[in-house]
Amino acid sequence: MADKNLIGHKTGAYSVDVEKGRLRFFAKAIGETDPVYTDEAAAKAAGHKSLPVPPTFLKCLESEGRDVVELLNLVGFDLGRVLHAEQSFVYHKMAYAGDVLTFDGIISDRYEKKGGALQFVVFEARVTNQSGEHIADIRSSLVQR
Amino acid sequence: MNIQFSDIQVGDEIPLLKLQPVNRTTLALYCGASGDHNPIHVDLDFARKSRMPDVFAHGMLSAAYLGRLLTAWVPQSQVRSLSVRFTGITQLGHIPTCTGKVVEKFIDAGEQRVRLALRCANQYGEEKLAGEAVVALA
Repeated sequence: MADKNLIGHKTGAYSVDVEKGRLRFFAKAIGETDPVYTDEAAAKAAGHKSLPVPPTFLKCLESEGRDVVELLNLVGFDLGRVLHAEQSFVYHKMAYAGDVLTFDGIISDRYEKKGGALQFVVFEARVTNQSGEHIADIRSSLVQR
Repeated sequence: MNIQFSDIQVGDEIPLLKLQPVNRTTLALYCGASGDHNPIHVDLDFARKSRMPDVFAHGMLSAAYLGRLLTAWVPQSQVRSLSVRFTGITQLGHIPTCTGKVVEKFIDAGEQRVRLALRCANQYGEEKLAGEAVVALA
């Protein structure tokens, strides 16, 4: 049975440094060819204060501050049986290398489908920067098969 | 080559993004760079123990490709939202292609915006991700 008591459970707030090297490594891993994401001079020429955090990298930064296995254990999930079902981002402001981002997380839903054969959990996090500016809201839905 | 709201019609396709075939190196790099160290994407032994025939791609890798599709079209500062559903598993050897189509033009929060339907499919036309994005246009 899906443990509905977990809905509303706060998964904690923590801060993560956005590092230039990590952004370049990520750009390489996804085959990014736009120099704005790897060359600081190109980023500045395009009006950015430093290398931008690309759209989906916020999810990576979020995971960095958490022990994912511990979080999955909390909801009774097993790493080998979990798949990502949905992911969404709402953007309010750009984030950059050099920023310190704070992720404040909550379990926003927990439910099952197909008579319990599929178990779902939804995590949400509000992302702010070192100046307290609202950067984004991110939402991740995981399913255990 | 700034994209103007007035030049865009519902039904327009944005320039597609075709990727290289996904191989084990792709997955090892994404594992390290993303910080998603789930062994199911890089460790064949673990994948088999989890009753999968082989390692397979991170869903978020294809989501990142959809991010590239968007930021190749407009500066990232104009991207208001991105959401994806993982509808299929990308296997080794698959060649992802990302596409986007304008499905709505509207005004929100005092700005002109378009809604895009996004898709990432492999070389056989099998859908792996379906998504949506909202982009602000001048």
